[in-house]
Amino acid sequence: MKKSGSDILKSINLKALIESLIAIFVGFLIGAIVLLAFGYDPVTTYSALFQGALGSTTGIASTLAYSTPIMLTALTFAISARTGIFNIGAEGSFYFGAIAAVIFTNIWGNMWFGLFMGMVLGALWGLPAAFLKVYRGVHEVISTIMLNWIAWFFVLWLVVGPYANPNDPNKTLRIPPSARLPLIGNTNLSIAFIIAVFAAVLSYYILWHTILGYGMRASGLNPRAAEYGGIKPKQAIIWSFIIGGIMSGLGGAMKIMGEPPTYAISQGMANVYGYGFDGIGVALVGRNHPLGIIFAAIFFGMLRAGTPLMQIEAQVPLEIIKVIQGIIVITVAIPGLYDLIKNAITRREV
Amino acid sequence: MDVGSILSILITSLMAMVPIVLTSVGAAWSERAGVVSIGYEGVLLMSAFFGGIMAELTGNAVMGLVGGILTGIVFGILHGVLTVYLKGDHVIPGIGINLLAMGVVPFGILAYWGTAGQHQMAVTMWHWHTKYGDLSPMVFITILIAVVTWWVLFKTPLGLRVRAVGENPEAADALGISVEKYRFWSTVYGHALAGLGGAFMSVDWLGVVQKTMSGGRGFIALANMVFSGWNPLISLIGGWLFGFFDALATWLAPQHIIPGQFIRMLPYIMTLIIVAGIIGKARPPKADGKPYKRE
Repeated sequence: MKKSGSDILKSINLKALIESLIAIFVGFLIGAIVLLAFGYDPVTTYSALFQGALGSTTGIASTLAYSTPIMLTALTFAISARTGIFNIGAEGSFYFGAIAAVIFTNIWGNMWFGLFMGMVLGALWGLPAAFLKVYRGVHEVISTIMLNWIAWFFVLWLVVGPYANPNDPNKTLRIPPSARLPLIGNTNLSIAFIIAVFAAVLSYYILWHTILGYGMRASGLNPRAAEYGGIKPKQAIIWSFIIGGIMSGLGGAMKIMGEPPTYAISQGMANVYGYGFDGIGVALVGRNHPLGIIFAAIFFGMLRAGTPLMQIEAQVPLEIIKVIQGIIVITVAIPGLYDLIKNAITRREV
Repeated sequence: MDVGSILSILITSLMAMVPIVLTSVGAAWSERAGVVSIGYEGVLLMSAFFGGIMAELTGNAVMGLVGGILTGIVFGILHGVLTVYLKGDHVIPGIGINLLAMGVVPFGILAYWGTAGQHQMAVTMWHWHTKYGDLSPMVFITILIAVVTWWVLFKTPLGLRVRAVGENPEAADALGISVEKYRFWSTVYGHALAGLGGAFMSVDWLGVVQKTMSGGRGFIALANMVFSGWNPLISLIGGWLFGFFDALATWLAPQHIIPGQFIRMLPYIMTLIIVAGIIGKARPPKADGKPYKRE
């Protein structure tokens, strides 16, 4: 037990953790300036935001529910990033996971079957970009973005066409009650959250405690050296896309199977759009570490869960949280942020 | 399909070409100097927004285009400082810029104009009104920019130095060329062109500011840049092809021959096929995306 504890510590970079915290602070600071510039009161806004997200059981349940899908899409990005790949394709696999849940639970109303098929379709949608990368040298950022759009229009066609709900044509068929994820206590939070945390821990285990994960990380650090050491970087890349696709597919399936009261893909796919992109921000703030991602996802989930109260009490458009998230990610991208700040502080003291 | 529809598809394709070509040409110049950016999607969106504000504040559409360029320059400076001077990763800042745009633009449309998701522009650029659709002078300016950029990049000493810092920064440095200076201004130029393309969409072509109006064009432009082999002249042709598929999709959509969703996929599928087919031959500049640190 003690040994594995120190292993986890070894995989965490303290400097990176502090940098993420600084980035979060900078995000809120610049967010406050933007709020002031448009004539909103940042104090009211932020206190309503935190009050809404953490001030009640409903708020906390909502925070954790919002953190679930982005935790999984963040894992997609992080697993690839550790393999040296920028996989922006979580979005597309997420759509396929969601539609798989709708299609297959309506064939057999079993929860595990729905989750499994979500993972299968998510993984399959990860493959084209993997093969294009490995065999044709197509940069994964370009291919995954194109595949996201193709996935969007294809799944949209399924949503409004073959799988539209005849009684409510703007939505898809609903997940049958027998296949819905159980809720925790008296809240709207389903066991999806627990499954997502488990997936994050499993990702950590794969990356740091298996041969496959070792190969993936080695390829990410230096593909040529890895190849010299007997690792096949191409295989590692393909596996990173497959595991990543599984995570996002699972996320998409659980978004539909574990979210009362809709249990269907809503009009214009509004309840499945954007989670892949948000996941990238979560992964970067979690420094591409599965355990860091758990906390980063809960933080991003908190921002999202606080918006209803923020809109009521401060009349601020909910997109302000995207502004804050964007600034946090840009700040995280500043190399050597920790050293920059440390030097600035020590210089002042001298 | 009659002659009229063909002409109208061709004219629409010329308009649709503009933002993609401008971004591709800018990105090609920037990557020739060795700086990769994937933030063009966000730059297109934010310059459409800020260009729109500038046009309405001044009552002048040309000033709107200038506002777009300025927006591009701001993000070019940001990206340049992070990647060239602080030697950071080239991809992550772009992800941040794209996320920021997805927040700033919907937030800004609501906070500034008080409408949700979309604003009809009060000031737009002058167009030639033909029987088959509108044509903007920006089409010709775009062609001019592509040609001039190609000429400077491949036929002048300045262009040679830009390509040198992207191909072999050590050698360029040894010859006394400031790698950082050339890379930084190349990044700014690349983002400025994307900014012009973004403002073109709102104050010129479409006449609206919409929270999803970039529609993946920033990434299509990058695909087009790869397809062109980092060559602004070929980007012009590639950009027109993408514009053509865009226009064809818009024309086909109301005809209900096949479901609209499949037509809308067309430009993205074509991009994938072209990039997959061509890339075996395409070779990026040698030091593309690699921070240069003096030994």
